[in-house]
Parts: sequence; C-alpha cells; structure tokens
Amino acid sequence: MTDFYAIDSALSEEERAVRDSVHRFVDERVLPIIGDCYVEGRFPRELVPELASLGVFGANLPEEYGCAGLNNVSYGLIMQELERGDSGVRSFASVQGALVMYPIFAFGSDEQKRTYLPKMANGEIIGCFGLTEPDYGSNPAGMITMAREQSDGSWVLNGAKMWITNGSTAQAAVVWAKTNGDKDERSIRGFVVPTNTPGFTARDQKGKLSLRASDTSELVLQDVHVPADAILPKSGGLKSPLMCLTQARYGIAWGSVGAAMACYDEAASYACNRVMFGKPIGAFQLQQARLAEMLTEIVKGQLLTLHLGRLKDAGTMTPQQVSLAKRNNVSMATDIAREARRLLGANGILAEYASMRHMANLESVYTYEGTHDVHTLVLGQAITGLSAFQ
Amino acid sequence: MAVCIKRAADMETRFKIAANGTSVDETGVKFDIADFDGFAVEAALQLKEKEGAGEVTVISLGPDTVQETLRKALSMGADKAVQLKTDSVPADALAVARVLAGELKGGGYDLVLFGRMAIDAANQSVGPMAAELLGVPCVSAASELTIANGRGTARRELEGAAEVLEFPLPAVVTIDEGIARPRLPSLKGIMAAKKKPLEVKPAQVGESRVKVIKMELPPERTGGRIIGEGPAAVPELVRLLQTEAKVL
Amino acid sequence: MANTFAFVESRSGELRRVGLEAVTAARQVADATGGGDVHALVIGAPGIAAKAEVIGAHGADVVEVVEHPGLALYSPDVVAATAAERIGAGSYRVALFSASAQGRDLAPRVAAQLGVALGADVTAFEASGDAIVVRHPVNTGKVMATLSITGTPVLLSLRPGAVTAARAPRTARVEAIAPAMDPASARVVPKELRAGNTAKLDLGEAPVIVSGGRGLRAPENFKLVEDLAAAFGNAAVGATRAVTDDGWRPHTDQIGQTGRLVSPDLYVACGISGAIQHLAGMRTSKTIVAINKDREAPIFKIADYGVVGDVLEVLPVLTDAVRKAKQSH
Repeated sequence: MTDFYAIDSALSEEERAVRDSVHRFVDERVLPIIGDCYVEGRFPRELVPELASLGVFGANLPEEYGCAGLNNVSYGLIMQELERGDSGVRSFASVQGALVMYPIFAFGSDEQKRTYLPKMANGEIIGCFGLTEPDYGSNPAGMITMAREQSDGSWVLNGAKMWITNGSTAQAAVVWAKTNGDKDERSIRGFVVPTNTPGFTARDQKGKLSLRASDTSELVLQDVHVPADAILPKSGGLKSPLMCLTQARYGIAWGSVGAAMACYDEAASYACNRVMFGKPIGAFQLQQARLAEMLTEIVKGQLLTLHLGRLKDAGTMTPQQVSLAKRNNVSMATDIAREARRLLGANGILAEYASMRHMANLESVYTYEGTHDVHTLVLGQAITGLSAFQ
Repeated sequence: MAVCIKRAADMETRFKIAANGTSVDETGVKFDIADFDGFAVEAALQLKEKEGAGEVTVISLGPDTVQETLRKALSMGADKAVQLKTDSVPADALAVARVLAGELKGGGYDLVLFGRMAIDAANQSVGPMAAELLGVPCVSAASELTIANGRGTARRELEGAAEVLEFPLPAVVTIDEGIARPRLPSLKGIMAAKKKPLEVKPAQVGESRVKVIKMELPPERTGGRIIGEGPAAVPELVRLLQTEAKVL
Repeated sequence: MANTFAFVESRSGELRRVGLEAVTAARQVADATGGGDVHALVIGAPGIAAKAEVIGAHGADVVEVVEHPGLALYSPDVVAATAAERIGAGSYRVALFSASAQGRDLAPRVAAQLGVALGADVTAFEASGDAIVVRHPVNTGKVMATLSITGTPVLLSLRPGAVTAARAPRTARVEAIAPAMDPASARVVPKELRAGNTAKLDLGEAPVIVSGGRGLRAPENFKLVEDLAAAFGNAAVGATRAVTDDGWRPHTDQIGQTGRLVSPDLYVACGISGAIQHLAGMRTSKTIVAINKDREAPIFKIADYGVVGDVLEVLPVLTDAVRKAKQSH
C-alpha cells in the first residue's frame, strides 16, 4: 500500500514502529495460514501467545497492568494491521482489549484489575463480552438476562447471550444483566463470570459463512452463582456496556481500513500482472477506475481515523464521532472488497486470494458493533436532535 | 557488546536515480536497519540472553534520520545507542571504519559485531577495517558463532567448503546469514526504547578517497515469455535452450 | 613505471581460479599502462612453490612465495600482514585481490593496515587515469555504481568471474619470502577446513544452477531438482529462503538478497514464485527458465523461458530430455 497521501508523516516515529511491527507479524504469522483457517472454520488459537508477547491485548491500557501503554492512534494502527490479515483475528483482539480488559479497567475494583488485567494482557486468560441476546441485538436495553442478588451479596445469573466472540474458549466472561426486573435498563450491571462456573455453558454457532476464522458462540447461564466480588462495582446502566462498544467501534473504524488496504493491494498487484488481450488488465480504463476509487476511499478512511485517534488521545472524542467513522469505513471497505473480488475475475473466488474472504467477513463487521443502520440513526439524531430509533 | 548498524533502504524498492546522477532517489523509500546488521543486533541480543548479563550498545554513523534506526535496535532490546552525527556517510569504507573505531576505542567492548556487509553499499569492508584500526582480532562473515570463557569460535562459508576459526576476546566479528533472524520489536519494547539513552556525538569524518561519480540502473531484464504448459512444453524448452540460448 | 600487484588465492595446496583471474587482471593493467611488472604473491604450506609456474603462465613477472607449515589453512592475521608488507615494500599503483569469500576478508584488512582505499567487489575497472575508476553493483545489484578512487596504491577486489583468467606466458622470477609474522603467534587461529561435498559444484562457479522453492511441496521432492542438476552434469543446486528457513536445505544453499548472489549461464527456477529478495540473488543470470503452476507468479516476468505447470510433473520429463540431449552430443 503506497503512502499516497504521506499519512506516515503525520504519525510519530513510535506510531510507525508499532504499525510496522504488527504489519510484519501479520505478514509472517497470519497471512500464511489464515486462508486455510477460514476454509476450515478455525480460529488460529496458536497465535494467541504470540499476539500476547507482541503486546497487542489492551495495548492502550496502562503499563502498571502489564499492558503496552500505547496511545489511541497506535491502538488503531494495531487494529488496522490485524484486520489487514483477517477480521476474525482483529475481532479476537478487539474483544480481549476493548470489550473485556477495558470494562475491568474502567468499572472494576482494584483487586479485579490486578487479578485479571495482567493475565489477559499476556494471553493466559481469554475473555468474552456477553451483551447481545438472541432477541436483543440492536436493542440491548431490552435484554432479559437477569442477575438476582442473594442475601449474602452474591448473585445468581440466568439468561442467554448470542453471537459472542471467543465464547467457547474464554476463561472469563464479562456478562451484562439487569438486576431489577427485565424492564429497568438502569439496573444493568456487569459481572466477571469464570466460564467454569457451574451452570455456564458455551456452544459454538455453526454454519457461518462469515468470520469463519473466529469462534462465535451462544452462552447459556442457568442459575450461575457468582460471589459478590464478581460484579464490576463502577458499572451501572446501559451506558457501561455502550462505553465498551465505543472503544471497540473505534478500533473497528481503523480495522476496516486495514481490510480495505489488503483488498486494494491484492487488486492493484493483480491488475499489473494479469495479462489479457495482450496487456496487463491494469491498462484498461474500467480497472483503473476501480483502483482509483479504492485508493480514494482508503485515503479518506485513513484521514478520518487518524483525526478521530487524535481526538481520543485529547480526551474529547464523542461516541457519535465514532459512529461516523465506523459507519463510513466499514461501508467503504465492504465496497472495496467486492470490487477487488470482481477485478480478480475467476481467481477472486478462490481462498488463496484474500478479497472474497474479506468481503464475507466485512458483512459481519457491517452488522456487529452497531449495524450500519443504527449508526445512521445515531448521526441522524445528532444532527436533528430527533430520535428515529422507534 | 557493541553493534555497528547502518540505516539502509528497503531492497524491495523499485529504485530510481536522483537528479544529481550520483545517488539513489530517496523519495517515498522506506528505511530500516540494513539486513545483515539486523542479524548482528539479534546475535548480540541472543548472546546477552544466553549469558544472562552484558550490555548491548548500538552505534550508527549518519544524519539525524539514523536515530529512528537506532531506536528500532533499542526496541528489539539493545540497551544504549550512539549516533555519530554527520551529513552523509562517505563512500570510502576506510573513512567510515576510522570514525567507528574512534568511538569504539576505549568503550571496553569485549565483542563488537557488524553485519557482514551493508546491503546497499555492499563493500563488506568496514568491519575488518575497523578491527585492524582497533588492533583486535577479527573474523568476518561468521555463519556460526559461539563465545565461551573469553574465546570465540566461528564458522565461515567458503565456495564449496567452510572454515572454522578460534580467537580471543576482545574481537570484532561480522555476521552472515544463518545465525539469527532479527526478532520483531514488541510493542512494550517500542515504548521502552523511548526511555533508553541515545547519545548524539559529532563525527569526525576524515578524508574520503572513494567518490561516487555515477549511479545508474542496469538494463531492464526482458522476460515474460511463457513457452508452454506442463510436461508438453519440455521439447520446445530443450530446443530453445540448445538453439537460442545455447546453454545445452 | 609502477608495478601491479596480485594476490593469488589458494586452498589446500591448489591455486583457485579466482587467484589466476587476479593475475590476468594485473597483466591487463600492466599492458594497458605500458610497462611495469606484475608481482604475484602466493601463500601456503610447503609445496605451494610448485604453483609458481602456473602463475607465471598467466602473466606474472615475479612470483613471491611464502611457504610455511603453519599456513596450510588461511590464517587471516598472517596473510594480511604479509600482503600488506609486500605491497608496502613495492611501488604499486594497483593491488588486486579476488572478492571471493577469502578475498573479502583479506583485502579490507590489508587496506586498513596500509591506510589506503579499497574498491571492493568490482566488475570492471580503469587504471589509466589519475584516479582508478571502478564499477561496483550496489543495492543488491539493482543499481550500478561508478566510483573513482584516489591514493597510492589503490586496492581492488574483483568479483569472481569479472575477469576471465587467461594465459599470457612469462618466465617468472620466483622469490621465496618469509611470512611477515610467525604463524604460531596469530591471534585468529584457523582450526579446520571442512570441505563440502567436493563432488558438488559450488554455486558461485557452476555454469548451471537448478534451484527449488516452496512449489516443490515437500523436502523429499528436492530429489527431482538434484536429478535435473545431475542430468546437466555441470550444475549446482540452489534453494530459496522459504525452504532453507524451513530446514529443507542448508542455509548455504540459499540464493537471495542475504544469501548467495549467483550469475550462472543458466538458472532453472523450479516451484519458485519469485519473491524480490530471491530475484536479487539470481537476476543477473544469463538465461533464466522458470517452472511454476501459477501463471501470475512474478518469476515469469524475468524468465526468458517460462513453463506453466506442476513442477513435480515437469521436472522428470525435463530431466529425461536433458539427459538425452547431453548424450547425443
């Protein structure tokens, strides 16, 4: 990917070094195996210790918890490079960092932070984030998973969660449940549930045609009894899980640019090598138009996320700004993946080429972490002050 | 231990000649630790880890842009860095060796490593020259290296053979392919590098008796001729090798 | 009129061809600059003096011979000190070495001891002007540098094969001289010379190289590459970094940017995709044949003759055809 708009010059040396390290890791360790993993429907779990020693998990959390302590632009670049490899690999890192380590960091007690964060940073404990339910996706406020407080302060959880990345491999689940009847969204609290607690089961969802190199599970909690110190004490209301989602969506806005870059690189290289009618197909106007469109959208997406990262580092980033970036970048990435697939012709349907894998993956990325449509309404409300959600 | 490293262009680049005709155009080119020098840094780090002790200092001659290269070595695990500051690296390997030897002398290094050669200038000279100037033993292009009890053993590849040499420390060794692949800097390593000492010293570069008078691109290789598919193409291939290429 | 110096490399009592290339180059300088003698230096175990005649046959006027039982193996400290002493004692304009593995160790040491410049790994040079002008491939051969070198003498190391050793018979005067230092006091001690499979041609010298990459799918399939090399009769076997990193072949077989740089008459790339760092090692081969099942593989862009097909199917058929072609000669 050429640095067409000299965006590297707007990155610090450290940010470039972070990006280059993860880039090399993806080239050497992810790309050689990921096509096969996708076809087999297997997450490359063997990469988890390597990702951990690289320092990818919770990379923007403080060094005192065993994390790399990077700024948010660096975190974004990590997501970009991971997703250049595969959205499933980036999803693993997003869940571990933004959806499990972040809530423990933001809402947990000192003891919870000390107990969990260093081991999650080094990959010893894998986590998952239990918010979405079979009947409550875009509307998490409607969740029916309940946590009933017992006389001794402990809790009993009942409910089901669905579409949970890492669900079947996690040792700890951050589960969101209502504590005061199923209508009170203000009573939503977070709980760190060891997955070997009796009553907790996780089962992989089969038959996925997207994010195949990722573990996606259903969780069932049947009278899962956890001690009083399992609750995330500073969590309260829907705002808590939404703050986690904002972190993850920020990473996804960068990640989708990475997927787009991978497809563009593949298409551009193919266009220069593939000869038809006596010349490379890149010499024909229609293919050049495709490539020009791809490059333009990628550059726009890069500048969007870079500025968003600077705002996040300055402490002024808003969730609506994240919605704008996630919505735009995932949408443009799905288009680029599809156009790259088409440029590759028949070869583009093979797993040895990346574009169709990215194309399929990006359909999940379009839908999860707030669907494209939901983010559209977030922006609509931000613009007009009027909610069109219901 | 000290490791002398050079900042060099990524050799995957499609090089262009600069307008002055005597250098390579650097616009848009990515730079990194020169290939063999990366092996040398890794070899030093592995020796340090094996010993459980020892400090690795990386040294580079050049303008401020080499600081990024030095910090990359620090992020891999080197402890200290020194920039010998000069506007441009001379084409005369002896002039480079003199500056480096000046810095290395009095550093108390038991072992000084270089890459076998700078991947760009490809002279393969600076390491052995520096050793001569320092008056210490040198083995160049080591493909295997062990250090024990103040002595080293190294293997060098020759044409169709290999030689094994022993030497006392302190010594200079230049590192060839086969010893170590440079490790990926971890993200924590990148953060830690910012806190490690990087000293900038003005370099006293003496006379350079080698000057570049021209850089040019060799003639493009024409190729791309597919003569056939599968085993059926063999007769035609053999015919062409006999009659056209005349190599059979 | 200045004389020209040539260091003649030897190994195990035999002169190496690159040593005679240096002598030929020195003869060319002497003839081109209209005078001056060629002085050649050869160092080895007792018996090496017998090679002086061959050195003279390639154009040396004087052959200085150092014979010592402690110099059966290349002892860098002794050889460098001796060469520096001989060069320093004469009035040479140019002193020539080979840029072989030994020469690339030796020449810089000598240059530093004498405090003079070295033009390393040159593919051509011009000694007639005030400065010596040389050509030297840089940036893995992607760029050719022309350098001017001043001072007296100028040391040059010649890329093997840049000059073809040629007979230019003279009756050379042979002088026995002592090493500049006692080999027993050398700090770097040569312990052993491990000959490779002497039946195998070295990659740097073989006119034909047959090379294998990942497309061979398994290390056992390298047998097909070896069979083709054997069919050619004068071929060496090379490998890509991918398969040497995986341990299929030794590192010393690796052709590429940080491996061996080769320039054979014929390079046959079997199941090699053509990564840039591999091309850097073989791009200057005279004729390149590529066999790969992927039509889009980058190797085809630089191949003179490309065959799109499964290397495991094509190689046996090609080996057979080459064998027959060789027999009918």
